[in-house]
Amino acid sequence: MVEKTIDLRTVRKIVSEYGNDHDSNLIAILQQTQGEYGYLPKQALKEVSRLMDVPLTRIFGIVTFYSQFTFIPRGRHAIKICTGTACHVKGVNEVKQKVKEQLNVVEGETTADYQFTLETVACIGTCFLAPVMMVDDRYYGKLTTDTVMDIVDRYSGDNA
Amino acid sequence: MLKSLKSYDDLVSMRKSHDKKHKRDTVKVSICMTGCRALGAEEVYDEFRKQIKKQKLQDKVEVIETGCQGLCARAPVMTIEPPGVFYGRVTVDIIPDIISSTVLKGDVISKLCYAEAGKKIPYLKDIPFYSKQKKIVLRNCGVIDPNNIEQYIARKGYEAFAKALFDLEPEYIINEITNSGLRGRGGAGFPTGLKWEFCRKAKGDIKYVICNADEGDPGAFMDRAVLEGDPHAVIEGMLIAARAIGSERGFVYVRAEYPIAVDHLKNAISQARELNLLGNNILGSGFNFDLEIKMGAGAFVCGEETALIASIEGKRGMPRPRPPFPANSGLWDKPTNINNVETFANIPVIISEGSEWYKQLGTKNGTGTKIFALAGKVKNTGLVEVPMGTTLREIIFDIGGGIPGRREFKAAQMGGPSGGCVPAEHLDLPIDYETVKEVGAIMGSGGLIVMDSDTSMVDISRYFMEFVQDESCGKCVPCRVGTKKMLDILTRITEGNGCRSDIEDLKEMADVTKTASLCGLGQTAPNPVLSTIRYFMNEYEDLLKTGS
Ligand SMILES: Cc1cc2nc3c(=O)[nH]c(=O)nc-3n(C[C@H](O)[C@H](O)[C@H](O)COP(=O)(O)O)c2cc1C
Ligand code: SF4
Ligand code: FES
Ligand code: FES
Repeated sequence: MVEKTIDLRTVRKIVSEYGNDHDSNLIAILQQTQGEYGYLPKQALKEVSRLMDVPLTRIFGIVTFYSQFTFIPRGRHAIKICTGTACHVKGVNEVKQKVKEQLNVVEGETTADYQFTLETVACIGTCFLAPVMMVDDRYYGKLTTDTVMDIVDRYSGDNA
Repeated sequence: MLKSLKSYDDLVSMRKSHDKKHKRDTVKVSICMTGCRALGAEEVYDEFRKQIKKQKLQDKVEVIETGCQGLCARAPVMTIEPPGVFYGRVTVDIIPDIISSTVLKGDVISKLCYAEAGKKIPYLKDIPFYSKQKKIVLRNCGVIDPNNIEQYIARKGYEAFAKALFDLEPEYIINEITNSGLRGRGGAGFPTGLKWEFCRKAKGDIKYVICNADEGDPGAFMDRAVLEGDPHAVIEGMLIAARAIGSERGFVYVRAEYPIAVDHLKNAISQARELNLLGNNILGSGFNFDLEIKMGAGAFVCGEETALIASIEGKRGMPRPRPPFPANSGLWDKPTNINNVETFANIPVIISEGSEWYKQLGTKNGTGTKIFALAGKVKNTGLVEVPMGTTLREIIFDIGGGIPGRREFKAAQMGGPSGGCVPAEHLDLPIDYETVKEVGAIMGSGGLIVMDSDTSMVDISRYFMEFVQDESCGKCVPCRVGTKKMLDILTRITEGNGCRSDIEDLKEMADVTKTASLCGLGQTAPNPVLSTIRYFMNEYEDLLKTGS
């Protein structure tokens, strides 16, 4: 797949904000880069490598180690369904199944219209309202196969 | 803008002036705006404020945003004081009623009250969930606005630190912590005072203090609640540690799934800086300390201390062999003290009340209190703090309200993927570090997931194995391969294709994985399997029978 060209000014600005002298900021820089582009474009990683004078292999090593990072463009909204223990015993599987069917994706995939990416995560610290999920930075609790799609639908119209 | 504090006296006068300001006859409405957001707390809060403004009641009613109030099962919740009622499942449309009846007249709206055995219990102080707890670490959580440092200071916040800074020598502080018997709340239960002493004695000018807020155990939310509900208690604990070991720089490593916790912590740090409680020449003492937040990136193993340190250094978060321990060689090879969120939140209380007072709580092997995150098949899911030595029965039945529906209690999962399942026969066991270990689980960080007769224990065993197999960093073979093989067997059994020899194979592989793995993840990964085999062998046998 040929990558479309991206605006490198964004990543340059991120690196300059952190300063290029501390490679301990690498993870934070990558997190912010992914936050801006929605994923980690190869060109952006090369730019980080050049500006920070860190070998590209080391950057790839980090990106592949942490599950938060992705090389593939994501949807506008991230749906993170919790598969932690409490949600597991409270029947999250059916809720997850419902979302998969309705959006026609499996875990890790993005919908064809790039509106949603479906992810699973083991516990988001909201076990008291299991089963739960997050959409972007918001938590939703006591999900049922009936309510979950109402919540997802609230995010389906916008382009934010 | 807050006015910078230049001395111990300034801090005390700030508290006193806050006291004076707040002696008005107001009704205080506290709304949980953290975990309860998952069921619409923000809408409730906004509407409440709107109504108060519309009815011009601002002088009579104070509406505050708090952290978790504990009985999360009733989300969204609020407390109204006076008359001290606790309401749950609050909806936007009932708010006008709450204002006209409860806020203005002190009348109770029965349908919002907590009920037990068919009886409504309107007042918080009468609800067994609350009256049976002992809140020390959670002293402010759900009571103050965590985004307002003045409210923390009004409750003598930062005075334990000021005392440590001006009146106590580092050796004395460490002695106090050692004498208190405090053990780490992050899972391993290592004596905190001893750890601080190692770090204080380690050679080096530069030392670091790290707070482990990675909270990765599925089913745990104690640290999230403390950070969201009382972030200054954690900062104050870190400051006291810094004073004791001689450190000027600290980090809080928070997992990415906790945006509210990060937000509250950021606010807390910036307000503490404004007041000169963080930064240079703190309270005019000449002591310097500042804090940074580092965000996790989705790797469970980064909760392990050496992996966490590697991650802060900007590397892949892989554990390394110990020794050297972080106390001698940690972050950037400098002496580093790393503690859990709840451990740090205990520190200010020990310093202000004294170790002798603290020691009276709990048992010999575990002093003080422990916060448990109660979840699963239990009525009152939520946040519970009890003295060590409390029994599971008290936590699950007296406080937790028992099992919903007509089902029966089967087991309590303690300690997450490193722990085990405690069956009904041990419900009366007083819980501390050693007793829980004896019955095949671990205290762990405090996640407590209740399972009822509907839960298959073999499925739970498989579930945890899948988790650790997924999260194994792959550095050492016993963990990488052992967890994979055990998962294959467990999957086979749950699908009804297991055979007799599988149980022996599981035990054997468990043994190897436990002894030969490098870090705690691998060393404890077989625990859930072993504990379910120990107590629920019949369920394995049922599945083996149906197979060939
Ligand atoms: C796989 C693994 C995961 C861990 N996760 C956490 C965690 O999420 N939070 C935590 O405080 N400690 C965790 N620990 C324990 C830490 O390594 C360390 O013991 C702890 O942070 C020390 O603090 P304490 O003495 O205050 O408990 C984990 C350990 C292992 C082996
Ligand atoms: S025991 Fe597992 S998680 Fe720990 S270092 Fe070895 S492979 Fe990694
Ligand atoms: S197990 Fe789902 S939020 Fe904790
Ligand atoms: S999260 Fe609101 S009461 Fe616990």
